[in-house]
Amino acid sequence: MAKRIDVSDLDIFYGNFKAVEGVNVSIEPRSITALIGPSGCGKSTFLRSLNRMHEVIPGARVEGKVVIDGQDLYGADVDPVDVRRQIGMVFQRPNPFPTMSIYDNVVAGVRLNSTRMRKSDLDDLVERSLKGANLWNEVKDRLNRPGSGLSGGQQQRLCIARAIAVEPEVLLMDEPCSALDPISTLAIEDLMTELKEQFTIVIVTHNMQQAARVSTSTGFFNLSGVGQPGRLIEFNPTEKIFSNPEEKATEDYISGRFG
Amino acid sequence: MSTETPLAPAASPGATSAGPVRTQRRLPRFAATALFVAGVVVGALLAALTTGRLNIALTVIYGVILGTLAVYLVSRSVEGRRKATDRLVTTVVTSAFAIAMVPLVSLLYTVLDNGLNRFDSQFFNSSMLGVVGEGGGAYHAILGTVIITALTTLISVPIGLLAAIYLVEYGTGRLKKVLTFFVDVMTGIPSIVAGLFAFALFALFFGPGVRLGAMGAVALAVLMIPVVVRSAEEVLKLVPNELREASYALGVPKWRTILKVVIPTSIAGLGTGVTLAIARVIGETAPLLVTTGFVNGTNLNPFDGRMTALPVFSYYQLTQPGVPPEFGIERAWTAALVLIMLVMALNVVARLISRLFAPKTGR
Repeated sequence: MAKRIDVSDLDIFYGNFKAVEGVNVSIEPRSITALIGPSGCGKSTFLRSLNRMHEVIPGARVEGKVVIDGQDLYGADVDPVDVRRQIGMVFQRPNPFPTMSIYDNVVAGVRLNSTRMRKSDLDDLVERSLKGANLWNEVKDRLNRPGSGLSGGQQQRLCIARAIAVEPEVLLMDEPCSALDPISTLAIEDLMTELKEQFTIVIVTHNMQQAARVSTSTGFFNLSGVGQPGRLIEFNPTEKIFSNPEEKATEDYISGRFG
Repeated sequence: MSTETPLAPAASPGATSAGPVRTQRRLPRFAATALFVAGVVVGALLAALTTGRLNIALTVIYGVILGTLAVYLVSRSVEGRRKATDRLVTTVVTSAFAIAMVPLVSLLYTVLDNGLNRFDSQFFNSSMLGVVGEGGGAYHAILGTVIITALTTLISVPIGLLAAIYLVEYGTGRLKKVLTFFVDVMTGIPSIVAGLFAFALFALFFGPGVRLGAMGAVALAVLMIPVVVRSAEEVLKLVPNELREASYALGVPKWRTILKVVIPTSIAGLGTGVTLAIARVIGETAPLLVTTGFVNGTNLNPFDGRMTALPVFSYYQLTQPGVPPEFGIERAWTAALVLIMLVMALNVVARLISRLFAPKTGR
């Protein structure tokens, strides 16, 4: 299931503005990779370019290569819709579909892709995904209530359940805990550790303790000045980054002596 | 009358500072209203004195000016400048609202007063076939309006909605700007121009002098499409981009995202917009005069011959009431009343749609 991601010489643009420059990185399968760095340095932009969500924004484009198990995501004959089916995404703000019930939200990926499934299979899928997202016990009695009636943390776990229900190979998470309280955050971190067995996970976070707790590798993004493109400064195993980083800038950022 | 309210010495208007928070002298609760009414009464007297009789327009003008002045000056001397400005603005805004309501209420009253005379079963059951003078009804005109409007809706809603979806979801750059501009221009074209357009278009195919219900529907569609596009565009723009992204991230193609996520999320607004667009064109008279014509009998086929719609019916009953004229004029008022009730019903439907289909929070 899980797949390896190789990124080489990736430049990411918004129109004429170069937002991220020269990223070279290899992301291992069945691992959690954390991306840290100050705001506006291109972490989220980089993350979104991994499943071609970047190009949804008008004028946005990418140069360079993103290869997943030997296949170039930006090849001429690759359909972005197929890419996104294999690489799921969880967003910073929980965004359940407001017109759908909890049940329909979980099966949205299956239903909207008009895959035919038997009702019992769908029920199994909902239970499996919600259990996977640690939400089953809280919502099993009200699966037909609207998803927007849940609390923020529950909504975010519902979005994770929705993302894993389509069984992607890679799961991208863009600051999934930034709007959540510590208990919901812990629930989602436990969940990530469990999901690691099946998925390749890439997570953007501002919480360095979180990166240290959950990830196997960490990448540090930074930019040299306002208007300059962001760069991947250092990419190493998490223990090394947090104990003995190679770059001075990384050490400054992690120890709080930033700038 | 203004002497009833306590007047402060002019030297120290407003504040006394005993504690940390400044306390202010306030006018009694209904003083401002009373002052304003007093001003209006004085204004009425003034108007009557200057013209020698009761003059409503002058009463309103003098009354509003005098009432506003009275409220402002008294409040200024008692409560101080800031409070007085507040009262001045409140008075001006409230008067403007009241003046705006006058024609509306007067119109509703006049139409009800004149229209209820013939608001009977005969009006809804019979056409004008062979009727001279008393009796007759608008059966043919009501059905004509319903058929023509339904046909207009059938033409306009698919085109309008799809155009709005194009503008919001697909259109980019200069083309989108140009299209939006022309839709805006189209919402403002005079309705007779739409009628002449449909007339000229059908004359090309069927020769001059042709009158069809469908022709009226085409003319009304020219008026209705831009209204539908505008309202649908605004509503579709309100759908958060996050929902589209959530759908794309699940590997859902764009067209299916629009169909299954964007439209269901905005269905309440779309329904309301369409209903209000129908209400906008249902009362059009000028384009129908030149396209559908006028006939006394019932014609239910919009593709064959003349049809009568309610506004045209009302127009003809008023301009050619027959002998004696009062019966025709009564029918014209009742037709106007029915038309207003139709528009009202459509607005109620629009409200129901927006309430029924709005996304539920389930809290």
